Amino acid sequence: MKPNIWHRMDVMARRVTPFGLTVLLLFVGLLPIHVPGFARVAPLFPLMAIYHWTIIRPDVMPPIAVFAIGLLQDLLTGAPLGVSAAVYLGVYGAVLSQRHFFLGKSFLIIWIGFSLVAAASGIVSWIIVSVLNLTLLEPSASFYQYLMTVSFFPLLAWVFLHWQRAMLSTD
Amino acid sequence: MKEHPRIPQRLAAPLKILAHKFTYLGLVIGAFGLMLLGKADVVLVEKIRTQVTEAAAPILGVLTRPVETVSGIIEQAHKLSVIHEDNERLRQERDRLLQWQAAARHLEAENKALKGLLNFSPGPRISFITARIIADTGGAFAHSLIVNSGTRAGVQRGQAVMTGEGLAGRIVSAGRMSSRVLLLTDLNSRIPVLVESSRVRAVLAGDNSEQPKLIHLPPGVTVVPGDRIVTSGHGGVFPPGVPIGVIATVSDGGISILPYVTRERIEYVRIVNYKLEGLVPAPQTRERK
Repeated sequence: MKPNIWHRMDVMARRVTPFGLTVLLLFVGLLPIHVPGFARVAPLFPLMAIYHWTIIRPDVMPPIAVFAIGLLQDLLTGAPLGVSAAVYLGVYGAVLSQRHFFLGKSFLIIWIGFSLVAAASGIVSWIIVSVLNLTLLEPSASFYQYLMTVSFFPLLAWVFLHWQRAMLSTD
Repeated sequence: MKEHPRIPQRLAAPLKILAHKFTYLGLVIGAFGLMLLGKADVVLVEKIRTQVTEAAAPILGVLTRPVETVSGIIEQAHKLSVIHEDNERLRQERDRLLQWQAAARHLEAENKALKGLLNFSPGPRISFITARIIADTGGAFAHSLIVNSGTRAGVQRGQAVMTGEGLAGRIVSAGRMSSRVLLLTDLNSRIPVLVESSRVRAVLAGDNSEQPKLIHLPPGVTVVPGDRIVTSGHGGVFPPGVPIGVIATVSDGGISILPYVTRERIEYVRIVNYKLEGLVPAPQTRERK
């Protein structure tokens, strides 16, 4: 059997696209959008991507990719280094362990699951950043960011599903 | 599995899971290690941050363009809809400002004459570097911006960042072609300020909310909402007298300031190059402060 190198490279390239898409979304989330109050509560696109791909295709979102995305986010946003990386890895681990529950469930269940995961990750990040700064941070910004993140999820899930059909259905 | 025919299938799968688990654990520990590193070696972390920001700056710079075009069109449409009211308002404002202009001219002349009498030595000259915002790195935990100017244009760590309305923040790290601005609302921002009317010194401390707090006010001093807050120039990094905001509320919980600069409306900033000329400032000017 002759291994077709081009076919394998094609499959490989397609498999890294979810990671690339997530990095692009991270950048998009940083753009200065001139809407009052938006910057503080901008939805966490990478969280949605990590949640989605861990359920649907964990092989395209390995822990090292999750770590890299979190680290890049910390470096670019100016948040304490390592916080997003740790929180995203926690999300990855928690979702992976419950993956079989989510598979094949209706979108509503997946969305509710996301709202729980986002709440937990928001609270944990808030605690970690508060401890690192040795002060209690104002919780309202985190809360509104959580609401934004949960309400943007269906849109992004729709994008990811179409992405998966277009790019990843061959393997 | 085809690459490792020697390892039996029943052993390979559990080994793979084990390796996977170890990688995962290692990365979690690594993330917490980075948090400690961020606390222990601030300089190193800031260096890495600057490098990564520098690498991301060109991408962000390109991505920002369409966003600015769209928001520009929306703004234009909005302006057209309120053009009549704006016109009327501006007319009234101009009449009022003309009176102020007369007062200012009179004071300027008087000030100049008095300075001449006192043999006053003027402060250093100020030059500006204009930069475009390429990222509003919001989030709930940090208030900073990334701008597309760096050390090549003369930007240095610590310089004040202004808009037409007032002080926005200061440069916390400068790469070659990009810099990070720490907004005055950020938790780590501390700026020496004056209450403009009473000339009382204080420090403006950000707390990640929209309204930073005034701290280290001398005891026995009273301030009232509406008082203007300006930079004091202490420390020699910021030029004195740059407007920051007004006192919004005074309560037991602290004195909160409403800044003039709203971060959503910033598109371009002026970075203030305020260098004290000569190595040691003249002794008289030191004592005056």
